[in-house]
Amino acid sequence: MAAVAGLAAVSMTAAACSSSSSSTATSTPGITATTITIGSHQPLTGIAAPGYDEIAPAANAYFQFVNAHGGIYGRKIKYIYLNDQYNPSITTTVVHQLVLRNNVYAIFNGLGTPTHLAVAPFLNSEHIPDVFVASGCECWNAPSTLPDTTGWQLDYVREGKILGSYIEQHFKGEKIGFFYQDDEFGQDGVKGLSDEIPKSQIVSEQNYNPTNIKIAPQVAALKAAKAQVVVSFTVPAFTALLKLTMLGLKYSPQLVVSDVGSDPITLAGLLASFAKNTSAGFGNALTQGIITDGYLPSLGSTSNSWITLFKGIYDQYLAPKKLPFDGNVLYGLSVGYTFVQAMFKAGKNPTRQSLINAINGGLPQGVSVAPYAYSASDHNGITGAYIGVIQNGVLVPSGGVLVTDDSATGPVTAYTVAQPPAPTSGIPSP
Amino acid sequence: MPTLARHLGIAIVAAVVLLLATNSIGDYRNYQLTELAAFVVAVAGLTVLIGLSGQISIGNGAFMAVGGYIAALILADLNWPLIAILPAAVVGAALAGAIFGVAAARLRGPYLAGTTLMLAVALPSVATRFQSVLGGDQGLGFFVTVPGSVGSNVTLIHWQAWVSCAAALVTLVLLANLVRSRVGRSWRAVRDDEVAAALAGLNVARLQILAFVVSAACAGLGGMLLAMWNESVSPGLFSLTLSIQLLTAAVLGGLGSLAGAIWGSAVLVLVPTYLENLATSHGMTATTSSSVPILAYGVVLIAVMLAFPSGIQGALVLLARVTGLQQLACRAAGPLAWQSRRSVQSRPAAESSRPESESSRPESESSRPESESSRPESESPRPQSQPAAESHEKGTL
Repeated sequence: MAAVAGLAAVSMTAAACSSSSSSTATSTPGITATTITIGSHQPLTGIAAPGYDEIAPAANAYFQFVNAHGGIYGRKIKYIYLNDQYNPSITTTVVHQLVLRNNVYAIFNGLGTPTHLAVAPFLNSEHIPDVFVASGCECWNAPSTLPDTTGWQLDYVREGKILGSYIEQHFKGEKIGFFYQDDEFGQDGVKGLSDEIPKSQIVSEQNYNPTNIKIAPQVAALKAAKAQVVVSFTVPAFTALLKLTMLGLKYSPQLVVSDVGSDPITLAGLLASFAKNTSAGFGNALTQGIITDGYLPSLGSTSNSWITLFKGIYDQYLAPKKLPFDGNVLYGLSVGYTFVQAMFKAGKNPTRQSLINAINGGLPQGVSVAPYAYSASDHNGITGAYIGVIQNGVLVPSGGVLVTDDSATGPVTAYTVAQPPAPTSGIPSP
Repeated sequence: MPTLARHLGIAIVAAVVLLLATNSIGDYRNYQLTELAAFVVAVAGLTVLIGLSGQISIGNGAFMAVGGYIAALILADLNWPLIAILPAAVVGAALAGAIFGVAAARLRGPYLAGTTLMLAVALPSVATRFQSVLGGDQGLGFFVTVPGSVGSNVTLIHWQAWVSCAAALVTLVLLANLVRSRVGRSWRAVRDDEVAAALAGLNVARLQILAFVVSAACAGLGGMLLAMWNESVSPGLFSLTLSIQLLTAAVLGGLGSLAGAIWGSAVLVLVPTYLENLATSHGMTATTSSSVPILAYGVVLIAVMLAFPSGIQGALVLLARVTGLQQLACRAAGPLAWQSRRSVQSRPAAESSRPESESSRPESESSRPESESSRPESESPRPQSQPAAESHEKGTL
């Protein structure tokens, strides 16, 4: 019966080596006189990693920039992001580790819909700020059940509506097919698309599970339904698989891709690596003409003050790490900026609740082309985007910014207020 | 002292120690302890199956999934209390084990291993096939709350550690008694020599099915505890890797030893976190550092198998003997430790050889090259092979 004694022994060993941490005397966990420690779960390896693994390093680069320029009321941001491989069961493990062991102040920009759904209830039950989730799922907009969770990027319902209204206007009467990830990410997108596109035009709705990369049956079904336009709510790897499978089946409809799966540089790289074709321009040739949307300024608009600011930070902190200046890096820098905005607003002695209060009070529009929806009763982030076409590996905006709400009937309207310029210091004013 | 009383006595002491420990080690260690206890339950069941009944399973992760999903479905749809969900998960997994055990009792060696492996590969895809019920890749939530009667100063994680450790202790006591009982002795008889066991009047197939049921029931309970720990069930939680980890833990700890199940589980739970953090803090990239634990498993497994074929528990017993503490060790570890040592040493023979070939096997093995061309002759010198033994030979090719 050494077994039971052994269990006890193991637990005692655990007890012996656990006496560290949890002794800091400040009232707010994760905040000291000189630091703010935040954590995140990110897909650094696995199916969602290509492209997305640049986001956390980019956000961290913005934090380093802020830390080098005085921090947030003198406190430096310490950002710990752990790899969850886009696997929900690992997400809960790493988030528990961040909360229980690293004692983080907040979880920031946790990436992925299925992954973050696994931890949002835990974070809310512990009243840990769960801010700017890196997913456009409508699920984060639940102030009554998930009061400590807020979205950031354009939510998939709004995005679906904006893409849908564009398709409705520009592809009148054509046959439309959907290809989407079979979880709340894809389903929300389809909800928005279906609000705008007449039912009679939708000929096929196909989905995929991210663990199964064999999507030829679904693509064959889209081809058999003779869809002339295929709208995809996919992560980048599956956008690339979709394009290559279409090529294999000699099927070339107009592709319309959600922002999350359409970064031209990430896509081009994936296409080249999946097809094992390293000839110059191969990837860009395949992304040519893809219609997508953007809620951050286009990387190509070099006169935009935000792009200038972020290119400077990129050159200093990220270029040495050999990361490309692409949509994912822009995303990371932007969401980092938004966090700093909210932390300044939370005050000189922030508590966990004061960060949530700061966001509930609304944040001024900054990095995005459309304003935020934040209020006490709305935890969605960015409310609009422009439609763009990928040309020669660059997203070229075609038309102005469109905004809408997340209801089935709310109209999609033009937003004509110009984006405010970036602060000259590069740091949001308190 | 009667076996049951002794086991209960040790369990009560362990429970007191665990209670004191959980009160002082903080939430993160309790969180790890919950996971550890869940693994102990599942690995203990597997080590009994492999070490005592002599059947190999690479698919016990699938039975954990059965237990976990049953628990999650019951909680979501019927909202039963945890105390009722526990036995439901055990019974559900045991049923699955019984059905599978019937098939397994007909298979031997690598064929059984292959079939159980298939179970581990195939079952997770059931969840994506029936997405509306089982939640697909995203899975189902499994959020338990601390019962009001426990008191408000007990955190959820603290409570989960209690539930998990209590379940592990009960499982270990039951298994310890079972392996010392008539059933346990019969299993060992079947493991060592099926034909002799059958001749002695044991119902081999029934005993083998029973072993599968016990092992699956433990896996189901472990799966339910793992779901509680993870606050969700998803195919990613019960991947093929999990099944292989269970096997690794059982082998590392020492096949057939319940104490070994604890050492093996401890290695499984504590080493990866430690190594991955170490790797990351030494500036390795995510891709590299996420592979480090897998590499470490491989290295540790090879090292342990080379140095201590009877696993960590076997090494501890050996150490105790070398340092002259054998008497003490034997008294503390009891027949279980001895059993594990013996079972592992006799494994190759028990697995692949039958009565008549026990002594001739090594020679026939070494004389393969010469006899390759003359197959008919090499078979003929063993006219005494009985039909039953022949079928076993086929089974273990």
